[in-house]
Amino acid sequence: MHGELKEVYKPMSSEPTQVDSTSANPSSVDHFVQQQYRYGFVTDIESETVPPGLDEDVIRWISARKEEPQWLLDWRLEAYHHWLKMSPPDWAHLKIKPIDFQAISYFSAPKSDKDRPKSLDEVDPKLLETYEKLGVPLHERARLAGVVAVDVVFDSVSLGTTFREELKKAGVIFCSFSEAVHDYPDLVKQYLGTVVPSRDNFFAALNSAVFSDGSFVFIPKGVRCPMELSTYFRINAADTGQFERTLIIAEERSHVSYLEGCTAPMRDQNQLHAAVVELVAMDDANIKYSTVQNWYPGDENGVGGIYNFVTKRGDCRGDRSRISWTQVETGSAITWKYPSCILRGDSSVGEFYSVALTNNYQQADTGTKMIHIGRNTRSKIIAKGISAGHGQNAYRGLVRITKNAENARNYTQCDSMLIGKNCGAHTFPYIEVSNPSAKVEHEATTSRIGEDQLFYCLQRGISEEDAVSMIVDGFCKQVFRELPMEFAVEAKALLEVSLEGAVG
Amino acid sequence: MLEIKNLHVTVGGKAILKGLDFSIEAGQVHAIMGPNGSGKSTLGNVIAGREGYEVTQGEVLYKGKNLLELAPEVRACEGIFMAFQYPVEIPGVNNTYFLRAALNAQRKYRGEPELDSMEFLKLVREKLKILHINDDLLHRAVNEGFSGGEKKRNEIFQMAVLEPVLAILDETDSGLDIDALRLVAEGVNRLRSDDRAMIVITHYQRLLDHIVPDKVHVLADGKIVARGGAELALKLEEQGYTWLEQGGIQSLGAELRA
Ligand SMILES: Nc1ncnc2c1ncn2[C@@H]1O[C@H](COP(=O)(O)OP(=O)(O)OP(=O)(O)O)[C@@H](O)[C@H]1O
Ligand SMILES: [Mg+2]
Repeated sequence: MHGELKEVYKPMSSEPTQVDSTSANPSSVDHFVQQQYRYGFVTDIESETVPPGLDEDVIRWISARKEEPQWLLDWRLEAYHHWLKMSPPDWAHLKIKPIDFQAISYFSAPKSDKDRPKSLDEVDPKLLETYEKLGVPLHERARLAGVVAVDVVFDSVSLGTTFREELKKAGVIFCSFSEAVHDYPDLVKQYLGTVVPSRDNFFAALNSAVFSDGSFVFIPKGVRCPMELSTYFRINAADTGQFERTLIIAEERSHVSYLEGCTAPMRDQNQLHAAVVELVAMDDANIKYSTVQNWYPGDENGVGGIYNFVTKRGDCRGDRSRISWTQVETGSAITWKYPSCILRGDSSVGEFYSVALTNNYQQADTGTKMIHIGRNTRSKIIAKGISAGHGQNAYRGLVRITKNAENARNYTQCDSMLIGKNCGAHTFPYIEVSNPSAKVEHEATTSRIGEDQLFYCLQRGISEEDAVSMIVDGFCKQVFRELPMEFAVEAKALLEVSLEGAVG
Repeated sequence: MLEIKNLHVTVGGKAILKGLDFSIEAGQVHAIMGPNGSGKSTLGNVIAGREGYEVTQGEVLYKGKNLLELAPEVRACEGIFMAFQYPVEIPGVNNTYFLRAALNAQRKYRGEPELDSMEFLKLVREKLKILHINDDLLHRAVNEGFSGGEKKRNEIFQMAVLEPVLAILDETDSGLDIDALRLVAEGVNRLRSDDRAMIVITHYQRLLDHIVPDKVHVLADGKIVARGGAELALKLEEQGYTWLEQGGIQSLGAELRA
C-alpha cells in the first residue's frame, strides 16, 4: 500500500504548491485543494472533520487547511512514511487493545457554537459537581465546560490581550503553534524536530504527520519571562488536545516557567492522544515545565477514557543549562509518557519530579530518561506512584552516562504507594554507565498505605477520607513543592477528588 | 466511665482476650501490667476501635453507652486517646498540621469553632513549655526520623493538646531515658483531673513511682488475674510474673484475686 501511494504522489512532490507563510491568500488554498481533489481527495475543505482514516491525502488536507508552507507539508509526509514502517511499542507494562489507526479521524476543527452548551444548565451535573469539589471559581466553570460566549462572563480575551502585551514588551513570543508557523517560520524550521526527531518513535512519528496545534514559546537571550506561561491564557487553545505539538526555545541566560493542563477534568471525544513537546535550553538557560494532566480516565469499570501517548523531551544544549519537568498525572485510561532530558551541555542539569496516580482501571507506564553527555552533568529523579482500585502503575526510568560524561551524577528516588489490594506498582530502572567517574544512586520503596498510618489518624479523630488525602499529600510533598504555588494547591485537591472512594 | 464485661476477642482467628473484666471511673489512674503477649495492647486497640480485632463475646460501655458500635474516629472525638506503643511515621505530613487537623476534627464534632493557625500555635507553645519538648519536633513530619524517646514524648504532647476524657498510655515509658521519664510522668500528672481517666500500660514499677496509680490490674493470658493497689506493682517487681503462674494468685488475699 505504501509503495502505491508513493507512485500516485510522485508528480506532486516535484511540483511545489503555492502555499507559504506570507502569500496564503484564499485563492491559492482553493487551487491547492482542487489540485488535491484531482487526486481523489473528496473531503470538503470547509468541513469540520475529515473522515476516519489516514493516508497522504489526509495529511495534505490538514496542511492545506492550516495554510502551511511546503517544507512543513514535506516534513509531515516524511514522518508519515516512517510511521507506516513502524509498529506500536509493546514493551510498556500496559494492557492495550490494538488501536485501529484507520478508524480515527485526524482532524476536527474547534467545536462550533451550535454544538456547545448554551449555559451551565446544559452541562453534565457530574462534571459541575467535580468543579465544585476542586474549588473551581464559578466564573471559570462555564469556560471549562465549553459554554458558548463565555467571554462575556469571564473576560478571557481581554485578559489574554494584556497578558500578550506584557510579554511582547519583554520580547517573549508565546503563541499557538499554527501562528508561529506563519509568523516565525524560520524559528520553527530551525528547531522543529531537533529534539524529538519525527521518526523517534511510533507516536512521535504519528504526531509529526498529523499534529493539530499546540504552543510555541521563544525567550530571547538574557530575558527572564515576566510571568508564568500557561496554556490557559493562550488564544486559540481550544480543542488542540489530540495531537498537540509544543516547542519551547530558551536562548542564552533566559528563564521560563511553563504550565500545561488544568486540574478540571477534561473530556474529549477523541480517545487517542499523542502529543509531542520539545524543549531547547541554550547556555545558562532555565526551563521549568509543569504539567497537571487530568484527561477523562474512563468510568469505574474502565470504560471510555483517553489513551495518552506522549513524547516529551528537553535538550540541555548549552553549558550550565537546566530543564526541570514536574508532572502530576491523574487522568487518562492509559498514560505512556517519559519526559526526558538530554544533558549535552557541560554542567547542565536535568530534573524530573512526578506524581502518577491510577485508580479504578487506569494504567500508567511513566518515568523519564536522563542522558548524560556533557561533563559535570547532574540529574535528579523523584517519582511517586500511587495505585488504588485496580490501577496499575509502572515507573520506567533510564539513566545513561555516556563515555565522555566525566563526573556525571544522578540521584533517583522512586516510591510507590498502594491503596487497597487489587492494584499494582512496578519499577523498571535502567542504568547504563560508560564512564567510571559517574555517581548514580537509586532508591526505591513500595508501601501499602499503612493500615497503621490510617489507624493512627483515625485514632486522633481525623476522618478516613481526610486521613487518606493527608497521607497521600505527605507522600507527594517532594513533588508538589516544585509546582508553582496555586498549581500545587490545585494538584492537592485533584488527588483528593481522584482518590474518592478508594479506601473503605 | 469505662466498663468492660466478659470481653472475648480474637485476632486473625486466634483468641487473645478470654473473658476480661475491667472498669475505671473518672478521676482515676489505673495501671495494667502483665507478661509480653498477654493482650495488653490488644485491649487498648479494642477500646480504640482498630480493625481486625473481633469481639466474639462481652460488652464495652463507655459513658454508659455501647462503645463497640462507634467508628474509631468517633471514639476519638468522644474523648478516647491512645498513646501508641509503636507510634507510626507519616512522611511528609507536618507534625503541627497533623495535630491541628486532629484537634479541629474533634472540636468540629463537639460543635466548637475550629482554631486558626495563630490560635493553635499559641496553644501548642503553652503545652510545649509544660512538657519541655523541643520546638524542632513541630516542624518535622509526624514521627519521621524521631528517636524512640521523641516518639513517645510526641504522643504525650498530642495528648496534652487533645485533652482526652479517657487516655490509654501503652508502654509510654519504654525507650525513655531517666529525665524524659520524669518529664513525661510530670506531664501525665498535670493532666490528671476529676473528669479524666487514664489507663497506663507498663512493665516497670519506675513509671508508677512517678505516676501513682489508684489501682493495678494484672493481665495474663487474656484475663485480669489480679487487682490491687499501687503495692501490687511493687510485689510484681520483686517476684516477677512467674510468681503469679506458680500459684502466687492464691497467696494473694481474696480481695486481690480477680
Ligand atoms: N494482628 C495480629 N495477628 C496475629 N496475632 C496477633 C495480632 N496482634 C496481636 N497478636 C497476638 O496477640 C497476643 C497479644 O498481643 P498484645 O500485643 O496485645 O500483647 P501485649 O500484652 O501488649 O505484649 P507486650 O507486652 O509485648 O507489648 C500476642 O500473642 C500477639 O502475637
Ligand atoms: Mg503491647
